[in-house]
Amino acid sequence: MSFKHMFTSSVGKKLVMAFTGIFLILFLVVHAGLNACIWANDNGLMFNKAAHFMGSFVVPRVLEIGLFLGIFLHIIQGYMVTLENRSKRSVGYAVNYSKGSKWYSRSMAILGTLLLMFLIMHIYHFWTPSRLGGVGNIQGLKTFELNGTEYHNLYAEMQAVFQNPLVVLLYVLACGSLAYHLAHGFQSAFKTIGIHNKRYHAIISSIGYGFAILIPLAFAMMPISFYFNLVK
Amino acid sequence: MLNSKIPAGNLDDKWVDYKGHCKLVNPANKRKMEVIVVGTGLAGASAAASLGELGYKVKAFCFQDSPRRAHSIAAQGGINAAKNYQNDGDSVFRLFYDTIKGGDYRAREANVHRLAEVSGNIIDQCVAQGVPFAREYGGLLSNRSFGGTQVQRTFYAAGQTGQQLLIGAYQALERQVALGNVTMYARHEMLDVVKIDGKAKGIIARNLITGELEKHFGYAVLLCTGGYGNVFYLSTNAMGSNVSATWKAHKQGAYFANPCFTQIHPTCIPVSGDHQSKLTLMSESLRNDGRIWVPKAKGDTRKPNEIPEEERDYYLERRYPAFGNLVPRDVASRAAKERCDAGYGVGTSKQAVYLDYAAAIERYGKIEASKQGLHNASKEEIIVMGKEVVKEKYGNLFDMYSKITGENPYEVPMRIYPAVHYTMGGLWVDYELQTNVPGLYALGEANFSDHGANRLGASALMQGLADGYFVIPYTLGNNLADEIYNAPIPTSHPAFEAAEKEVAERIATLKNINGKQSVESFHKRLGKIIWNECGMSRNEAGLKKAIADIQALKKEFWSDVRIPGEINEYNPELDKANRVADFIELGELMCVDALNRNESCGGHFREEYQTPDGEALRDDENYMYVAAWETTGEHQWQLHKEELKYEVIKPSQRNYK
Amino acid sequence: MAHNHMNLKLKVWRQKNANASGAFVKYDVNDISDEMSFLEMLDVLNEKLITTGEEPIAFDHDCREGICGMCSLYIDGKPHGPWQANTTCQLHMRAFKDGDTITIEPWRSNAFPIVKDLTVDRGAFDRIIQAGGYVSVNTGNAVDGNSLPINKDDADASFAAAMCIGCGACVAACKNSSAMLFLSAKVSHLAQLPQGEPERKSRVLNMVAQMDKEGFGSCTNTGACEAACPKEISIANIARLNKEYLRAGLTQE
Repeated sequence: MSFKHMFTSSVGKKLVMAFTGIFLILFLVVHAGLNACIWANDNGLMFNKAAHFMGSFVVPRVLEIGLFLGIFLHIIQGYMVTLENRSKRSVGYAVNYSKGSKWYSRSMAILGTLLLMFLIMHIYHFWTPSRLGGVGNIQGLKTFELNGTEYHNLYAEMQAVFQNPLVVLLYVLACGSLAYHLAHGFQSAFKTIGIHNKRYHAIISSIGYGFAILIPLAFAMMPISFYFNLVK
Repeated sequence: MLNSKIPAGNLDDKWVDYKGHCKLVNPANKRKMEVIVVGTGLAGASAAASLGELGYKVKAFCFQDSPRRAHSIAAQGGINAAKNYQNDGDSVFRLFYDTIKGGDYRAREANVHRLAEVSGNIIDQCVAQGVPFAREYGGLLSNRSFGGTQVQRTFYAAGQTGQQLLIGAYQALERQVALGNVTMYARHEMLDVVKIDGKAKGIIARNLITGELEKHFGYAVLLCTGGYGNVFYLSTNAMGSNVSATWKAHKQGAYFANPCFTQIHPTCIPVSGDHQSKLTLMSESLRNDGRIWVPKAKGDTRKPNEIPEEERDYYLERRYPAFGNLVPRDVASRAAKERCDAGYGVGTSKQAVYLDYAAAIERYGKIEASKQGLHNASKEEIIVMGKEVVKEKYGNLFDMYSKITGENPYEVPMRIYPAVHYTMGGLWVDYELQTNVPGLYALGEANFSDHGANRLGASALMQGLADGYFVIPYTLGNNLADEIYNAPIPTSHPAFEAAEKEVAERIATLKNINGKQSVESFHKRLGKIIWNECGMSRNEAGLKKAIADIQALKKEFWSDVRIPGEINEYNPELDKANRVADFIELGELMCVDALNRNESCGGHFREEYQTPDGEALRDDENYMYVAAWETTGEHQWQLHKEELKYEVIKPSQRNYK
Repeated sequence: MAHNHMNLKLKVWRQKNANASGAFVKYDVNDISDEMSFLEMLDVLNEKLITTGEEPIAFDHDCREGICGMCSLYIDGKPHGPWQANTTCQLHMRAFKDGDTITIEPWRSNAFPIVKDLTVDRGAFDRIIQAGGYVSVNTGNAVDGNSLPINKDDADASFAAAMCIGCGACVAACKNSSAMLFLSAKVSHLAQLPQGEPERKSRVLNMVAQMDKEGFGSCTNTGACEAACPKEISIANIARLNKEYLRAGLTQE
């Protein structure tokens, strides 16, 4: 069996979902860690420095390409798997079987779609102005100078974006989708790559639920913090 | 006189000599030879797989949707083998002896000895296939004891030994299907054997999905179609288990041997009402710890727990102080029936006795308490601990009981009653498992050969697999070696055409009766007749009445049965009608056989022939033979006798007092 | 024990054959004892249909003691009905109450085409086993059963997976119609025994390939299969299958 076939069989496709999912989970850790710098109460200085590091050094930029590929693969594969799985039952049930599984486990595609919609908004809010500012009619970010280096003021951008209560609400709702997506996705990914030992599975499950609560909570607190002026 | 083709020589050497001298078919010729296997239980699946491995072109048939469903799967307890892993004195001879004695000296010595000889190979083969037998902590195979023996020789896989063994054979079968050596015909039912020049050369099968009839040629036809316990309507058999394949063979000239030898298992969940469709067995192991009783007063309607100790009749312990609750199946069953018939039965139907675990719970609780050093434990504490122990040992059985009855057997005594479980009778076969029709073989429960008048626990699985894995591959070759000179016969041969036409006509006749009564209602009535008159105890007058009743029922069936639906479609009612029609005819023969056998032995108890204290009275002088019946016309059979010669074992009276 | 009798309404899927289109038909069944099994209740209905000249409802069943795996039926939105760890044939009418409406559907999956009414064709499972669900050992090749000790825990775990009865409830329960629980039970049964070792890699790869060919969906670890399984086969087996697959795929020559 070729490697190609190994990743295109039903189990292989799930392996792709799992590996990209775990990669995205790691990204979330980094993203949340960096963004947590807003709470340094230094008017965003630490945060802007960190963002500058991510935007100007080679390694994070290369990883960024990987990230986009990963997200892309996760989305495409996710939709394909979902559509394919739906096609396996042409005539559905009159009464659906809902007791044996969690609703969010059955709704990964919907949660994922919500996240995709959020992602587009999120990229429009922060990534495009930062990376593509000045291209076409995309407006760049405000900048400031520190020790002779020009920095994007992403902090100020966040402050501006999160003054709109509707945006804040959408971000918080997206964090909810993320929480449920992770509640299933985290432990599912590890099952898919073959963790079957009961003890490890118990550990991974608890970490997964903890992760699914803490990370989205941290993210949700960011727009809230700005909106209610909890950061200085 | 029937020729059983038992090889000459010492009992120990017969099978070895046979294998050393039997004729062989070379591999190139095997590839050209088609063999038909009907039924895919332990006997059929193991035979089809083994013959496929040898290179024969096998066609396997089963009526279920998959070969894995055959009723062998329901066997709970285990499989015997003379391995002597326990160092407790087991040997081939001892297994052979126990089986002959358990069968009340009505089985053929040479066959049973061969069965004991190959029993060890079965375990090895199954282990190699990946059957997950129970193991000890050291990693070696575990054994348990079973009724009728003094050694531990029963191998098991929790309470699902039959399932695991069948899955092993099924997987071996599917492997041969994948390799192209076996063609599987699921949802097909054999409806006739095709005979050409006196030899079985094929079958007519009905595709149960489309209703089409198919003609299949084979150099040999192997019937591995199980027993006929469903003639009683209520039995522990699967709903689809039927006699049709062996009965069609019988109608084509094969002799049916000892049909009246049926086994009634003492511990089943009793009938709850007229709606009941089948009975569920509770493993025999429950009698190890449970005490069986009925109230001392007739028609006592008090709840079991309200009946004080001195008003209970532990009738097995009373009648058989030496063996108590552990008497063999036939004895325990008859004793329960005797009490219920005398008016002491319990439950709403009054057709049940209590199987009580209260004493066992208390006993285990006390042991547990002293194990934990609790010498002043209260009665309540002891009972809690005792329940835990019982749960560990019998939890799955107690769960099953409560699922079916809705009662909690830890609190209330279970109600049990005997039920039809296994049929020792079947097609007459010689040492090579060939019937008197050349080319037609019967394996497993479908033949009569190894269990005499009563089967010991954990022996049915052994026999099915012995026949399929280790006997038929040799004996079939011995017979097919001469067939290589005969070309395959095309199914356009007039004999095939005629057989197909006959089957089609029978189906059309059945369908066109268009009467008023359902197939099921006839089956129920047949079952009642057989159960009442040819069940746990029989007598001349009853049997004669039963024969007349069955003949009348047959007439009524063929003039008033109603089969809905069409012939050429999936029509389970039509399938059932075909089967019930055959059961009716078999039922009559059972009674004829029971009437002929003027003695009591094993599962066959004739009320006229009993000792003064009500035990079975054998008549070795006049009835130490196999009764093989040949059909000679409607309601007519001719008896052929195969004398049973005991060269090694001296028959004696069984005594359990 | 007190007998309770009840009257029920049934909504049953009726379909003449594989090619016909089906629909729900409503039936009343009266005077049903709570001691009956679910299939006996259907027997009562069928007897009534036969005597009134209608066609009885076709449904698969055989052993009626919960082990052959032949019975199916998707009852009120759950394979094998409301009880846990139970087959339809062992479901008793105590589970329902007077006046209930019970909806009965066949297993729904394109890989299990309908034969008639509630009967489906599960031949795909046999073909998955044919792809490698066995140990290639011919009769007569075996060594002594005790020549290869097997750790008791491994033997017990293997047995727990081997308990699968091949009924297809996992497929019926899965929103993706995936056969992964069935497949993984067989792979786990054999992968945990030394006898399964020689064919360990080819087995899992070939069986997965066959499952895909049969038209089952993929596993998204929702756990519905485990909850519906009458033999409580653990979903951990699916994780084990994934491990076996990954291992085989990465190391296969």
